[in-house]
Amino acid sequence: MSDFQLMKGNEALAEAAIRAGCDGYFGYPITPQSEVLEYLAEEGRNRGMVVLQVESELAAINMVYGAAGTGKRAMTSSSSPGISLMQEGLSYIASAELPCLVVNVNRGGPGLGTIQPSQGDYFQSTKGGGHGDYHLIVLAPSSVQEMADFVYDGFDLADKYRNPVMILADGALGQMMEKVSFRDYNVAERSIPKPWATVGKPSSRERNIITSLHIQSEKMEVINKRLQEKYRIIREQEVRYQTVHVDDAEILLVGYGLAARVCHRAVELARHHGIAAGLLRPITLFPYPTEIIHTLAQQVEKILVVEMNSGQMVEDVRLAVEGTVPVEFFGRMGGIIPSPEEVLTKLTSMMKTQQQYEESHV
Amino acid sequence: MSEATVLTEGMECIWQKPATLTDTLMHYCPGCGHGVVHKVLMEVVQELGIQSETIGVAPVGCSVFAYNYLNVDMQEAAHGRAAAVATGIKRMLPDKYVFSYQGDGDLAAIGTGETMHAANRGENFLVIFVNNAIYGMTGGQMAPTTLLGMKTSTTPEGRKVDTQGFPFRITELIAMLPGSYYVTRHAVHTPNAVRYFKKAVTKAFTHQKEKKGYCLIEVVSNCPSGWKMTPLEANKWMEQNMFPVYPIGDIKVDGKLVAKSSAQ
Amino acid sequence: MPRGTVEFNIETCKGCELCIEACPQDSVALSKEINTHGYHYAVLVQDNCTGCLNCALVCPDAVITVYRASKKSAQKASERQPVATISNVKGNIKVVLDEMPEGRIDI
Repeated sequence: MSDFQLMKGNEALAEAAIRAGCDGYFGYPITPQSEVLEYLAEEGRNRGMVVLQVESELAAINMVYGAAGTGKRAMTSSSSPGISLMQEGLSYIASAELPCLVVNVNRGGPGLGTIQPSQGDYFQSTKGGGHGDYHLIVLAPSSVQEMADFVYDGFDLADKYRNPVMILADGALGQMMEKVSFRDYNVAERSIPKPWATVGKPSSRERNIITSLHIQSEKMEVINKRLQEKYRIIREQEVRYQTVHVDDAEILLVGYGLAARVCHRAVELARHHGIAAGLLRPITLFPYPTEIIHTLAQQVEKILVVEMNSGQMVEDVRLAVEGTVPVEFFGRMGGIIPSPEEVLTKLTSMMKTQQQYEESHV
Repeated sequence: MSEATVLTEGMECIWQKPATLTDTLMHYCPGCGHGVVHKVLMEVVQELGIQSETIGVAPVGCSVFAYNYLNVDMQEAAHGRAAAVATGIKRMLPDKYVFSYQGDGDLAAIGTGETMHAANRGENFLVIFVNNAIYGMTGGQMAPTTLLGMKTSTTPEGRKVDTQGFPFRITELIAMLPGSYYVTRHAVHTPNAVRYFKKAVTKAFTHQKEKKGYCLIEVVSNCPSGWKMTPLEANKWMEQNMFPVYPIGDIKVDGKLVAKSSAQ
Repeated sequence: MPRGTVEFNIETCKGCELCIEACPQDSVALSKEINTHGYHYAVLVQDNCTGCLNCALVCPDAVITVYRASKKSAQKASERQPVATISNVKGNIKVVLDEMPEGRIDI
């Protein structure tokens, strides 16, 4: 493990990409993530990475497709409007089962929006975004350290499952500076053979074709079933989450990314005020930690979901809870980050309501 | 006329279908130029001995299934994105031979941005651009290269300038970019045209080996089904109507515009 | 003896007639028969083929194999005895030999 450095989230991510053996980065500037491209344009190139600023996000994702198809580690990064442009490419990559890493430094939307952080792309990231029945594996960092760590994990998961992986960060995580250290990672040891790659057909094998076109429905259904089976395995094996103070929690907060940081502080404040609050922080948004939420729902009185959007992940919490406890939502939109105090206020009012309910039902 | 008996005793075979074409029956309409282009492309790959080092990119269009016929590693690109996909491949494998194969919609409509920028960056690969002024696969709609007055399913009264603009001579534009090295326009409807085309393909692959930069070969071709003609009629119509707008010949050679070319 | 000859793969020919147009000897025509895909396929109708390659160059389906007489082949041919003459064949035929001869087999 390297020494700790103070780095900006975007730059930590970029540095991790170099160390994780990324062979090709194809990107386009967009606030708040242009530093990824800029850092790699200098550092990445100096250390042997192909780094290309391209003409659009549309071009970038398709270059990632081509590069990933050669078996190399390929990635791109962008922010919400640019990620929208990449949706076609992501559907193709998922269907052709190519490994790659895509980073979304989520900004306020919809439309051109704002450059401030937001979580408005949750649906886009986890429910598709592009056409057809596919899923990205989605990792949600909530610190600069995780911005770096998830790059290694992302490439490993992508290779393991031949699936695109998205790191869903946000503008604040991209811009803020925290201490980070880079793990010991041996690229050669972590590389896996890719016999399906298009590298030029030797006489010893048939040609490799990378495509997502299967005109006959019977064949297309087979492909889809294979993808669904893959997602089933991913759901079984790759769920990641963090819990804080849940053992004796009476009210559970659920939040990811930056919202989770806010919730963590809110939980501390709540405890200080005598409220038994706990936090569940999903780390993988796909596969979603449905089981643990379902389990915790048996224990707590209420759940509060905190997001920086109009209410997106709250739907997955409601699905997990299956109506067993009330699920409420608190969110800010447009790039505004809720404060721990705001969340505490909401928590307190929820507990008061609960108290009134209990008192009137003695 | 009766059928003659074929005897090959005392003869040697001087031409047969290249091994770099698969045995799969090509789905193209009878007389379609795609078949000839595939054949010549693979013949050159065979002659240069580069089958094991070549990667192709197929477009969306009639030739979406090109990978069923071309016996090299291939990737299918989304519509219009072949230039970007080819860039991704070539940047990762700079010593391999990479080509993209596109029609007029793929390259000059939806793919205009990727096409122009790949040329502008001087990407060291070959682009084969089959231009038949119509969208064949989807049923005969207008293409950017459709001629004025030409009837298609979306220009039933003929293409009009005031609503649909002009036929798009994108090849000349690409030749203007300093990143393009060899830009040339060919046909494949006569034996001589095919011979010249084969020379151009060989030259382009040689340039790629020498890392000279971006090569584009436009093939002005027919679409018997879309144009609603027999193959022979279509080739005559092509000579009379397509060639004046898309003149056959070299536009840029060794990085320099050819004097009196259609780009001047 | 003609200077050259061609073979058409009957099953992959689509009857587009480009070879007929390209042949300088007017030696190619469409057969009255059709192949299993329903196309009238091209056939050689005269013995004056020169092996010029024109037809093979323009064929979109690589249907045609071209042969040219060469002194070397003619020399070898005259040294060998044919074992069979097979003509007017549609499609592929399979020949099974009881005994493998030495040297190469010319069809």
